[in-house]
Formats: sequence, C-alpha cells, structure tokens
Amino acid sequence: MTTVTTAAMTAAVGRRTRLADNERWLWRLMLAPAILYIVLVVGFPFFLSLFYSVSNVTVGSRDMGFVGLENFHRVIDSRTFWTALRNTLIFTIVSQFFVLVFANMLAMALSTDFRGKWVVRLLILLPWVAPISLGSIGWLWIFDSIYSVINWTGQALRILGPTEWPIWLGQPNLAMASIIIVQIWRIVPLATVIILAGLTSIPQDIHDAAEVDGAGFWRHTLQITFPLLLPITLVAVLFGVIFTFTDMIVVFVLTRGGPYDTTQVLATWAFFTGIQGGDLAGGAAVSLFLFPVLVAVAIVFLMLARRAEVT
Amino acid sequence: MTSPAGRLRRIAMAGGHAGVLVFFITFLAFPFYWMLMTTFKTTIDLHDVNKNPYLFNEPPTLEHLKVLFEDTQYLQWLINTGAVGVAVVVITLVLAVPAGYALARMTGPWAQTLGIAIFLTYLVPPTILFIPFARIIAVLGLQDSLWSLVLVYPSFTVPFCTWLLMGFFKAIPRDLEDAAMIDGLSRFGAFVKVVLPISIAGLLTVVIFAFTLVTQEFVYGVTFITSSQSYTVSVGVPTFLVRGDVYFWGSMMGACLIASVPIAIIYNFFVDRFVVGFTVGAVK
Repeated sequence: MTTVTTAAMTAAVGRRTRLADNERWLWRLMLAPAILYIVLVVGFPFFLSLFYSVSNVTVGSRDMGFVGLENFHRVIDSRTFWTALRNTLIFTIVSQFFVLVFANMLAMALSTDFRGKWVVRLLILLPWVAPISLGSIGWLWIFDSIYSVINWTGQALRILGPTEWPIWLGQPNLAMASIIIVQIWRIVPLATVIILAGLTSIPQDIHDAAEVDGAGFWRHTLQITFPLLLPITLVAVLFGVIFTFTDMIVVFVLTRGGPYDTTQVLATWAFFTGIQGGDLAGGAAVSLFLFPVLVAVAIVFLMLARRAEVT
Repeated sequence: MTSPAGRLRRIAMAGGHAGVLVFFITFLAFPFYWMLMTTFKTTIDLHDVNKNPYLFNEPPTLEHLKVLFEDTQYLQWLINTGAVGVAVVVITLVLAVPAGYALARMTGPWAQTLGIAIFLTYLVPPTILFIPFARIIAVLGLQDSLWSLVLVYPSFTVPFCTWLLMGFFKAIPRDLEDAAMIDGLSRFGAFVKVVLPISIAGLLTVVIFAFTLVTQEFVYGVTFITSSQSYTVSVGVPTFLVRGDVYFWGSMMGACLIASVPIAIIYNFFVDRFVVGFTVGAVK
C-alpha cells in the first residue's frame, strides 16, 4: 500500500518536474493567462464594438438587429461629426506641435546638472502623474468666468484693459485655446522625460568631437543633437498623439464640448451619444473613427521596434 | 574663455537656461500651487474680486478640508480607489509576471513579435472600448459596483506591465538560472526561487505603475458608476462635487491636491524605469 502510494507520488512528482522543466510548455502555460485576459477584455469588446456599429443596439432594449452601414451614414450626415472631427484634428495637431517645441527646450535645460534638479523634475512631472481629471478641475478654477486668476493677473500687469475680462471656457475660440493649453500642460512632462532619456543616451564622445571641431551651440544642436534624437522624438510624438486624439477627459471636465459643440471632439461625442444618449450603436460608430489613427501609430511603433532590434 | 565676448555668451546661456526653467516650472506647477492656496483660503476671500488673489487677505482656514471629509463622501472615494488599486495590482502581478518572464526567455522570432503585440494593446484607448463595455457590464450586473473596475482596469495595466517586466527579466543573466538548475531546481523553480527574489525593484515598479494608472483612470469609471458611494477619486471629484450651481472651490481644490501629490512623489522615484518601457528599445 505504502509502496504503491510512494510510487504514484514519485510518478506525479516526476511528471510535474518534467512539465516544470519543459520550456516549450512552460512558456505557453505562463503566457496563456495574460493573453487570455487581454483577448477577453480588449479583443472581445473591440469586436463587439465593430458589431455594434452595424447594429441598432441601445442601452435599454435587448433586441439587436443588423442595419448595415446605416449608423455610419447617420454619423457622416450629422454636422456635429464634421465639427468634432475638425476639432479633434486641431486639438491634436496644435497641442502636439507645442508639446514638441516645449519638450525639446525643457529636456535640453534639464540635461545639464544644477542644484535642486530633483525638485525641479518633481514639479515639472506633476501634470503627468497627477490624475488628469483632477488637474483639469484645477484649470476649471483657473479659467473661472468670474474669479479667473489669469484675468486678474492680466489686468494687474496691464496686459488686459480694465474692462477686458475674457470668458475662457465660454467663448468658442478661447474655449478651444483653453483645452489645447491644458492638453499641452498635461503631455509636455511625458514628452520631456522621453526626450531627456534620448539626450542622455547620446555618447559624450560625440559631443566632445563636435566641441573639438568648433561647432557652436546652434550648429551643435541642429546638426548633431536633433538628428540623433529623431527616433526618440518620434516615440514622444506617437504617445502624445494617441493620448490626445483619443482623449475625452480634458474636454469633458472643462467644457463638455461646449459652447455649441465648438470644443466637441470625437471621444466626447461618442460618450454623449453612446453612454448618455443610450445609443450604443451610434456611439460605437463614432468611436471607431478613432481607430485609423491608432493603426497608423501602431505601424510606426512596429517599424521603430524592428529598427531597434536590428541595431 | 576669459574674453569679454566669451563671458557675455556664458552669462547669456546661463540666463537663458534659468529663464526656460522658470517659465516651465511656472506653467506646469502653477495649477497645483493654486490648488494649495485655494484650499486654505476663506470663501469670502476666494470670492472677493477686488483683492489680490495671490495673498491671504484673511487668515488661512481649515474649513474646506473639514467640509470635504465630513460632508462629502471623499474619504469613501479614497478608500474605493485604494481597494480597486490593490485588487488590480494583484491581478496584474499574477498575469504579467509569468508572461513577462516567458517573453524574456522565449527564443525564436515569435517572442519579440508577441511582446510588441501585447504592448500595442496598451495603446487601445478606453474611448474605443467603453461603449461595448457599458453593455457587457450591464449584462454581468456589475453597474455601480467596484468589481466592474477591477474586471476592466487590468485591460490596460497587464499589457504595459508585461512589457516592462519583459525588459527587467531580460536584464537578468541566464547563467544565474542555469547554475540554480544544476543545483537541482526545475526550470520553473529557478524562476520562483532565484529570479523573482532579485527582481524586487522591477516588481515594485510594476506595482506603482499599475496603481497610478488606476488612480488616473476616468473614462470607465464615469461610464460604469453612477451612484456616488462607489466613485473613485478621479471620477467622484469632477462629477459629484461639480454638480449643481454651487462650486465648493476650496474643498474641490483640497480634494485634487490630496489625491495628486502623494502619487506624484512616489511616481517620481520610478520615472526613469517607465521611460525605458515607453521608448520600446529606441533608447538603449
């Protein structure tokens, strides 16, 4: 009896050891849970979203019918769609242009050693690491129609006349400018640390050689540093574009798309249509317009990764 | 070097350097400074347009924080955020640690491709998935439940953390494991008993990262949760404290500050590691 049990146990242990040693199966077993979870919570909803966009599903009803491309026709025929698409493009392109310029300036300033750098870096990173919905609330107060500190400061410094009192979130162009400013504020820290990592990875020899050859600051920056920084700058831009094009938080908290849809972006409109309006099918159709940008960014990432692999 | 022109140029460079830093610190940190000021000012002081808003025209007060903790559900939101954060961190570790290790040690062309594929799913934004999720969560009966967030948040923590961990594990020399296996440990045993103990820094990074992602998330929270006692901080403050015509600016700014700054300080210690993950090997 005992010998049998022992033999069975040895066999079981042997099998387990073999499994624990068989790399091919071990890797598959270790990867399976993560991949399964990702398929379930990213892949499945994504395909459901494709399916919803050609159906007439709503929040309340259980019925679901196939309606073909009707939702997309409805979306494209609506004026709000074109406004939202234009706003999303302006929001993304303008903010990322400034992010690129600012992040390069700031990364260069941070690449030298100086006292108190640790504190400076903490302060600069705050907008990125603090929850953006809360940071946006801070701006809501700064842009307040009556108590805006910007307006008070502007008047105190005589930049604004005594009767000038811009309503930041209430006038169309100013509202757009406001959400762009907040988005720049939020992405600059991330872009800066990414570009900074690129700057510190350039070997010192190259800088020394440039110095010996007599390159001045501008020549050094434009002809040596920037070209070497190009791939890493691209990474910073890609993240910025993804986090801006598909974002709804800044707009949702600050303007809710108003005044009169002048700051409506695709993501907020998808939310208002699909979740608040209960039209899941319409919302899914709107949000799928975010997808092409995602694919484009993914392709560039793949190219970058391949390049990193080769070198 | 000591020529007047050279000295002038150096002064100009130093001045430019300081100017750039001052400009960006002002722009980036100002909202948080403003939150701090607003939190401790009396309501009358906040609402007096004629006085200098940069000064305390009346003595500082703790009234707003008292209101925040006693008359709102802020404390509950903090607890909710912490609870969801811990649950998501646990799920993330259970799924991402073995997967990251397997990707780091697998050989063949598939390993790298699979790693990048997993990383790319991190880029699929909530604003594409929240519509189908709204119905999935309803079908599962999880509306207004924190479990909906626990279920969905790993969709963005697992991909990125798997990717980060893959990088960490790749940096650990294989020789260590080979030596342990010669000493009689199995392949898996070597991972658990040799690799994991020396990867504490990497695991800690993942814990911090997953937790901060949870505190920052807003879109799913606002989609799934409508009852105020189940909010997390990032959803509760903007949706509930802003409701109505009366804005309790003092309390709101306090709420933002308390939830932001501790996370920011912890995150600051790990930034360099995240950047390595973000840059997909474009920086070595």
